[in-house]
Amino acid sequence: MAKKQKLILTILLLIVLFALSWVVNIAMDSYVRRIINLCLIYAIIGLSMNVTNGFTGQFALGQAGFMALGAYVVGVFTVPVKLRASVFYAVPMNPLIANIQLPVWAALIGGGILAAFVAFLIGAPVLRLKGDYLAIATLGFSEIIRIVITNASSFTHGALGIKDIPTLNDTRYIFVATAITFIFISLLINSSYGRAFKAIREDEIAAEAMGIDLYKHKCLAFMISAFFAGIGGGLYAMLLGTVDPKNFLFTLTYNFLLIIVLGGMGSITGSMLGAIVVTAGLEYLRVFDEPLELFGVNIPLFRPGFRMVIFSILLMICVLFWRHGIMGTKEFTWDGAREFVKHPLRMFHRKGVA
Amino acid sequence: MEIFQTIANMTGAALAQHVANGISLGSLYALIAIGYTMVYGILLMINFAHGDIVMMACYFAYFGIAVFNLPWYITVVVTVVLTALLGALIERTAYRPLRDAPKNSVLISAIGASFLLENLANYLFSGRPKRFPRIPILEQNVSLGSVQIQVISFVIPVVTILGLLILLHIVNHTKTGMAMRAVSKDYEIARVMGINIDNVISATFMIGSALAAVGAFMWGVKYPGITPMMGVMPGLKCFIAAVIGGIGNIKGAVLGGFILGMGEIMIVAFFPQLSGYRDAFAFIVLIVILFYKPTGLMGEKLMEKV
Amino acid sequence: MDVLRTDGITMQFGGVRAVSDLKLNIQEGEIVALIGPNGAGKTTVFNMVTGVYKPTSGNIFYTKETGKEVNITGKKPSDIAKLGIARTFQNIRLFKDLTVYENVLIAKHLHLKSDFLSATLHLPWYMKEENNDKKEVEELLKSVNLWDIREEKSSSLPYGQQRRLEIVRALATSPKVLLLDEPAAGMNPNETEDLTGFIKEIHDKFKLTVFMIEHHMDLVMDISDCIYVLDFGENIAKGTPDEIQSNDRVIQAYLGVDEDA
Repeated sequence: MAKKQKLILTILLLIVLFALSWVVNIAMDSYVRRIINLCLIYAIIGLSMNVTNGFTGQFALGQAGFMALGAYVVGVFTVPVKLRASVFYAVPMNPLIANIQLPVWAALIGGGILAAFVAFLIGAPVLRLKGDYLAIATLGFSEIIRIVITNASSFTHGALGIKDIPTLNDTRYIFVATAITFIFISLLINSSYGRAFKAIREDEIAAEAMGIDLYKHKCLAFMISAFFAGIGGGLYAMLLGTVDPKNFLFTLTYNFLLIIVLGGMGSITGSMLGAIVVTAGLEYLRVFDEPLELFGVNIPLFRPGFRMVIFSILLMICVLFWRHGIMGTKEFTWDGAREFVKHPLRMFHRKGVA
Repeated sequence: MEIFQTIANMTGAALAQHVANGISLGSLYALIAIGYTMVYGILLMINFAHGDIVMMACYFAYFGIAVFNLPWYITVVVTVVLTALLGALIERTAYRPLRDAPKNSVLISAIGASFLLENLANYLFSGRPKRFPRIPILEQNVSLGSVQIQVISFVIPVVTILGLLILLHIVNHTKTGMAMRAVSKDYEIARVMGINIDNVISATFMIGSALAAVGAFMWGVKYPGITPMMGVMPGLKCFIAAVIGGIGNIKGAVLGGFILGMGEIMIVAFFPQLSGYRDAFAFIVLIVILFYKPTGLMGEKLMEKV
Repeated sequence: MDVLRTDGITMQFGGVRAVSDLKLNIQEGEIVALIGPNGAGKTTVFNMVTGVYKPTSGNIFYTKETGKEVNITGKKPSDIAKLGIARTFQNIRLFKDLTVYENVLIAKHLHLKSDFLSATLHLPWYMKEENNDKKEVEELLKSVNLWDIREEKSSSLPYGQQRRLEIVRALATSPKVLLLDEPAAGMNPNETEDLTGFIKEIHDKFKLTVFMIEHHMDLVMDISDCIYVLDFGENIAKGTPDEIQSNDRVIQAYLGVDEDA
């Protein structure tokens, strides 16, 4: 299929999806819209994590912390000035920032930039570490960010959180943000830098021998990942209308880990699919948290907390038996789609060794 | 400056109390760090679930004493056995199947196992903190001059040193220990030499978990609030302790544990205004060590073959 | 003119001295071989030259395209590659999960002038660079008959082709000096002959200086201008193939005596 054809098809697809988001906005009730919006936001953050973990092979677990940074920039700077005294009821807001109110888009981008900057600072010591150490170090920093946020009360209102953030439950805006993220990262991965990332994932020593500066590229991937996680965090704050340090425990990062493992580490379309499955799944699993009666008998298993147990078991099953996830490292392509339409069953034939 | 004020105001009794706490916390961190370092030494993986094993041990002990009304000394034994079995179980189900998979998969599995344990505990025992049962004999105060120190503060370091000595004996003077050292030096060769890798690995997990269980019990006595997430922070810190001491090195893990435990207590003692940041101390030390001596205080440099 | 020289480099790992006081003088355009028994320290020499290890003592000097001599001791491997020294590995290190094409295209990245934003947004000056690179990769792959299988995963290639691919990948970095670590390992005499021809070809075509570690003496004696012999980390002989073949010490340590002689 010619390049031009593919481009046109992609643009058409985006228009269709945008129209869909418009419809969702009008037709669905706010609960369903929330789930869809959460799904899109999770897709952004899942994809951001895939940039480092899936494409560059760097096992970083800091997404919750970067989300928190983005969320708090939005939280701190978008609450209307006149409401701030009541929002910061326990600790008055620091006079340096008390009167600065940013438009939403500026706060979002600002949050992303702050996250990228912090990633740069963290990256200096941390990116020289091997696999497991990197995981622990980024996990630790995620927690440190949360600890700092909890303690810097005059900026963040500490453990009490911030409320009255202007809410955004509009699927169209969130869809646009998600689409931009996906387009940007797709273009990045398909560029020379994206290939360099993959080289680092495949074999660091060979990559270095081919002239790829390891630290510089890992740092780049890390900063881009943090930027989009920050944007996602900001959107998350606007979806909820409030922020609280407890929202950003490092266990939140596990959600995104599941998304990229399930979707396929190293697949952009996989991250989208993973986000849909995990977000929808988490919602449907809520049924496990409520008491269940079958034929008048109360099944004792069903009570609060069961949902997360099932969720964790699913994560384990995925890791143990289905490491490649739905897409592996493959992408949805127009050529692939045409193949599928012509020979739908071929997709299920094993192609050599997985 | 405030710190001089704090030092001036601190009485000898208070200082002695801080030192005792530092020694206790350091010992507990040491016991838990050993588990991390042993597993890493053999499998080159971080057992993310280790901190949660400590948490489960606390709950086992809680149920033993508070629910099943067993005497505390029996409960200790039961807890250690159950925890050791739990450690072996986790290795068997979450790690062994992935032994030949790329490194990242095992890491994700460890995270998954940790997550599962936390959610399981939350589901089974509820998220509300439970109070570790009182054990009067350990809570009694002993007078050293004008200072009152709890019995448990003496017991902890003694038990830790005992545990360490027993462990070093096992590692250096028994066949199992020799097998463990062989496997940690060269996995493939050890296997070819006829060492049963699976058993050695299971033994490693069980010993590490048993020590962690002992630590957990004493932890519960000293810090009685138990929650499903209580193992998370200590787990992270203890892994850092193992790294500080030199990952794979048992004595290093103990050293690292003491440095972190004592350091944490002393920082809060002398800079009470920083107490909200006490958890950050471990991470700062980690960064410093990784910058200046990445192989740890007692570690050896590993060269990768190119 | 020296393109690569050392003033006596030593590599010590704890108590083990892998390389002792090695003095190299590699002339531009030469094909130089480094031979010696296993464990003699040959790959360690490569690793020092390419920046993987920093010599315990001694310096390595490289003369750039411009004629300027730089001290490359302890520089990062990626910097050394950028200066124009490329290498292959003893145990082939291809980017396994990537295609033949991607493996070679990645080797073009080091000379990219565009920043990541320009690259991501596919701005015109980046597209120009990329199209150029892709053309060069196409030429390279076609010249070694790897173009038709360019979409295959590199790990699925037969052994001989993988070795060839690794060399081609190194070539794609537009090097001045090419280091080959046992390029003929595991090859039968026919394949070795092909490889010998291949090395001669690329040496002439791309005006390379070739520095190689090899055990296949037919390959070494056939095309080398100069041979260094390493034994237990020490350079015990240096000379032309004829000189080396008649050197007693080398024969004792490594080449062995012809039994029928």
